Amino acid sequence: MTVPVDPTPALQDYAHPEKLVTTQWLADQLAAGHPEGLVIVESDEDVLLYETGHIPGAVKVDWHLDLNDPVTRDYVDGEGFAKLMDASGITRETTVVVYGDKSNWWAAYALWVFELFGHADVRLLDGGRAAWQAEGREMTTSDDARPAPTSGYPVVEREDAPIRAYREDVLDFLGGPLIDVRSPQEYSGERTHMPDYPQEGTVRGGHIPTARSVPWARAAAEDGRFRSRAELEAIYQGELGFDTATPTVVYCRIGERSAHSWFVLTYLLGFENVRNYDGSWTEWGNGVRLPIAQGTEPGEVPTR
Amino acid sequence: MTDGTTTSGTASDAGLPSAFAEIAEDFHALTGRDRLQLLLDFSNDLPALPERYAEHPELLEPVPECQSPIFLITEVEGSGREATARLFFSAPPEAPTTRGFASILAEALDGRSVGEVLDTPETVTGALGLAEVVSPLRLNGMAGMLARIKRQLTVKAGL
Repeated sequence: MTVPVDPTPALQDYAHPEKLVTTQWLADQLAAGHPEGLVIVESDEDVLLYETGHIPGAVKVDWHLDLNDPVTRDYVDGEGFAKLMDASGITRETTVVVYGDKSNWWAAYALWVFELFGHADVRLLDGGRAAWQAEGREMTTSDDARPAPTSGYPVVEREDAPIRAYREDVLDFLGGPLIDVRSPQEYSGERTHMPDYPQEGTVRGGHIPTARSVPWARAAAEDGRFRSRAELEAIYQGELGFDTATPTVVYCRIGERSAHSWFVLTYLLGFENVRNYDGSWTEWGNGVRLPIAQGTEPGEVPTR
Repeated sequence: MTDGTTTSGTASDAGLPSAFAEIAEDFHALTGRDRLQLLLDFSNDLPALPERYAEHPELLEPVPECQSPIFLITEVEGSGREATARLFFSAPPEAPTTRGFASILAEALDGRSVGEVLDTPETVTGALGLAEVVSPLRLNGMAGMLARIKRQLTVKAGL
């Protein structure tokens, strides 16, 4: 790692404290002159939010315009990612700190995509954009501190298998530790999209049979920061009875909220093998002959 | 703006209603980040709600097609297609894209005749050059707003 980790004591309880930084740590880095090997990335749901003001020096990476392939429903390929990194002033050695709106959903999602490409040092700003703003820290619309474009980010073949699950993987996984992180209404099948969110064209409501319901937001405190390790353990290990050594799969609607839960399980609780099923409900709820459970109970593994 | 009885407003090379044609021209004259900046200017210029609605947000209709919370209400001065359409929007500052969409609709349609608004083709939201800077998915929200505006006006103008 090029930039030292944030030594804040509050982070040290987590399984991988090196994956989080506090707002104070980041502010200190900026005050000390913004170390060369550090690039801050803002990734939001709202594509214009960055333009209204961002952390000085931050570059914008949009989940939809930059990380998704414009044609196939997939992420960009190695060349596309390398191009994005070069334009963003990020080299393979750069320490990347990601932050965003909505308690870091999209930031966690961006971080997960960075990891599909094996970028070694990507961290989340605990609390995201809201925490930074709430503390009255500096925001700017100026590009002055933006890193200059770099060149030569390697074209890396994306390695999906360790942290990304496909539909077929999930079908074989039924009965295993599977978490649906959507709202209770989406889980039960009452609705096919988030409250107050657009209908994104899912023809069936419900959840993947045997999936347990843990809405993503249970892992976030009121201020958007992550809950303490003890609180998180009480949910995922206590309530669900899941253990860190067993492979686990998370999903939501398109994989963005479950990226948040994936981060929690992997880096805050130290689960050894967590995959995000990014096809999520927009794929499963439209899939012909895929089994679905409705109501508040997880349901059974289908026998056929 | 217009007195509501003027031309049907399908001028311009693009075949867009005149009000949108001008806005589209402005967007198309810019590229990439500048185009986004213009959307931000619109966003910042979204008129505040008049007091009668600011104090009664429950009167406004939510637009769930948008990713971010937005509410709108229309008023009709007169009746029938010649009546004047008034549009009011409310969206929080942390939803600048949605505010930008609302502001474009306000600039193009507020004060026009109900007939003109109803004749606005649904395709107009795709003709502004915004799809490549905000993504087509997000642009769905603007189409949702337009559809709701038209529905309210149809009822309120007694059509």
